Amino acid sequence: MMTALTRPSKSAGASAWLPRAIGALVAVAGLWLVFNIQAAGQPLVALGVLVLLAAGLYTYLSRAGFAWRYLFPGVVGMGLFVAFPLLYTAQIGFTNYSSAHLLSEERVRAYLLDQADIDVEHSLTFTLHPDAAGGGVKMLLQGGPADAPTRYVTPVIRHEHAGQAWDLNAAALDGNGNPAGLGPALPLREALAWREHLQGLHLALPGGARLSYAGVREFGPATPVWLAQADASLKRQEDGAVYRPNPQTGYFENAQGEHLQPGYKVGVGLANYERMLGDKEFRGPFFSIFIWTVLFAALTVVCACGLGMTLAVLLNWESLRYRTLYRTLLFLPYAVPGFISILVFKGLFNQNFGEINAILNAVFGVKPAWFSDPLLAKLMLLLVNTWLGYPYFLVLCTGLIKAIPADLYEASALAGAKPLTNFFKITAPLIIKPLSPLLISAFAFNFNNFVLISLLTNGRPDFLNSKIPAGTTDILVSYTYRIAFLDSGQNFGLAAAISTVIFFLVALMSLANLRFSAAANGSSRGGRH
Amino acid sequence: MAIVTGKSQRWRVLGAHAFLVTLLVLTLFPLAAVISISLRPGNFANGALIPAHVSFEHWQLALGIPWTSPEGQVVQPPFPVLRWLWNSIKVATISSALIVLISTTAAYAFARLKFRFKSPILNSMLLLQMFPPVLALVAIYAIFDNIGRYLPGIGLETHGGLVVAYLGGIATHVWTIRGYFETIPQEIEECAKVDGASHFQAFARVLLPMAVPILMVVFVLAFVGTIIEYPVASILLREEGNLTLAVGSKYYLHDQRFLWGDFAAAAVLSGLPITAVFIAAQRWIVSGLTAGGVKE
Repeated sequence: MMTALTRPSKSAGASAWLPRAIGALVAVAGLWLVFNIQAAGQPLVALGVLVLLAAGLYTYLSRAGFAWRYLFPGVVGMGLFVAFPLLYTAQIGFTNYSSAHLLSEERVRAYLLDQADIDVEHSLTFTLHPDAAGGGVKMLLQGGPADAPTRYVTPVIRHEHAGQAWDLNAAALDGNGNPAGLGPALPLREALAWREHLQGLHLALPGGARLSYAGVREFGPATPVWLAQADASLKRQEDGAVYRPNPQTGYFENAQGEHLQPGYKVGVGLANYERMLGDKEFRGPFFSIFIWTVLFAALTVVCACGLGMTLAVLLNWESLRYRTLYRTLLFLPYAVPGFISILVFKGLFNQNFGEINAILNAVFGVKPAWFSDPLLAKLMLLLVNTWLGYPYFLVLCTGLIKAIPADLYEASALAGAKPLTNFFKITAPLIIKPLSPLLISAFAFNFNNFVLISLLTNGRPDFLNSKIPAGTTDILVSYTYRIAFLDSGQNFGLAAAISTVIFFLVALMSLANLRFSAAANGSSRGGRH
Repeated sequence: MAIVTGKSQRWRVLGAHAFLVTLLVLTLFPLAAVISISLRPGNFANGALIPAHVSFEHWQLALGIPWTSPEGQVVQPPFPVLRWLWNSIKVATISSALIVLISTTAAYAFARLKFRFKSPILNSMLLLQMFPPVLALVAIYAIFDNIGRYLPGIGLETHGGLVVAYLGGIATHVWTIRGYFETIPQEIEECAKVDGASHFQAFARVLLPMAVPILMVVFVLAFVGTIIEYPVASILLREEGNLTLAVGSKYYLHDQRFLWGDFAAAAVLSGLPITAVFIAAQRWIVSGLTAGGVKE
């Protein structure tokens, strides 16, 4: 496509219409998509897709933005899947989006209006019959007295209506035999497979009666539970009770404040943030988790960097033999995919049949409960993370130490310095500056080290007294994951608010990182002059 | 380097060897243990590092072959490991190829073309890369839930969606390729243009062939990066047959169903190829990580 599009337009003829044809095709497909999204009641999304489509067509068909032909896919990819999710997360943080408030107000209204009371006494039994023409089934309905039943048949039903509301007219059927081309009734198990299609079906009979799905064998006359009022409220047909949408809570509520399920998504302002800081039962675990997150990241960097640097210094020592062999083998933890080595440790640390406890038991006679004692669990996380992280620092420090001029060590040897003096007076001061931005990145990485926590402890053991389940080894990201996707009622709004707080912390760390790398660059440049 | 050696030198060397060997044992123990465990019979077996009795039951199950125990009981493979490995490789190959494609073109624009907002765009790309996708999982989930309603091929529970989700992570690759392009003299392309090549031809026929090594490096980096990616894959994919290896492996070690031996075999089987790729690409990965310090 690109070849054709970027060829200069002076080469008229066949190559001139090709880009236009492709552009027209893309435009038609895109407009069809925009129309569908608009029809589904999401004007903002539709507008976004339309703008993107227009920008794409303009970029590739006009001669204006030449460089943008190369940039467009990359910038769109980053915009859509990196920048937009960040902004969208911040926005969700100001809403009550959760499993109880999943849909928009219009869709909740449509859902409630679709609810119907079904008159079971006057319902008809139905059977499904495969259609000889293939690809679908027809429904036979039968009601009334057994000796003189009234019977109806529907047009072909195909696999395309799962989970939607749809309409169909049934025709009256005379006599007892089945219409031509209709197979025997499907057994119950196969009929059940059609349930999702039938649940949304509104069946109109010739007399004007309307039937809805009433059970695995029955369709019944349906009367809607709710009537839409002019002022956006809903009236219950049965007793005339009126429920109004309440934009504060995101529910349809009556005068007494009772609400209907499900709720819908509304903006709640700073409520999620107030909860983070104000709600006592929530604040307690939240602050412990925050402190552990900082501690975990800091201790990991200290341990991994300390070990890595020690090894780098040792392996730089020329009197030592087999240095390449050591270096290769010590690099191995870095080469094994993280998700595998973390899970290996999960097994090795298992209290009853893990190898580590088997050894500890044989040598010391103890079997520590690595996964149920909060302190031991934290120790285990640090041990595993040091194992995972030190090769990175080994490689980094090796590179930095190699760059130190050898004459410095020769001079210190002449002065009779001991190795420790060498390290603290020469090596450490010279590598700490270029190392510091990388230490901050490592801190930021471990601050958000979701994979380790999620796969090794999953945040457990839990706090015993918290309202929302929270784990003593949870870090902030794994805690938001838990609130959003696991056991706490899928509170996306709250999770997004916490994520937004993390954004700010990450931004601070990035800023510090930039400062330190600027300082490191400045000093090395200064050194060369 | 002539450094005067003292008497304590020999002891220091010995001490250093002792320290390094101890650390090597600690480092290699988990890896050796998992190989040993994959060869022991049963899922709860403790024992020596070199198993007294070797059984290939876990390996057979990992390869998807039902295993008949000595008592005549037939054990079915607990999870479709090969399927997961295939899913991982499929998603990683397609997304790395696309990542290479779009980051190469973007890098070309940044290295060779002049346009407005060039450095703001480049800087904001790098800034954005500091926020890992794990922070925006809620939004990513909601976005793909929404996309799936109109384009079912790239919605939740699809590999297409996962591939698309990975296409945002290109900033470091753009940076790497741009750096390489800038080492190639621009005159070569200009000569091609004098000879009548179009802008795109100069890019595709002249510059790209010279940049093949760096493109391969970026491909390998992106491949390894997507194969070990866990958070995004874990929210987009939930059905067993659909999972990637990184998401699926954890189900072996469920608290109520701890399939230690089966996991060990699956881990060695699937981990070895990835580790091999990683060691083969070690040189570039290391140079990439010392430059940016992004991956750990």
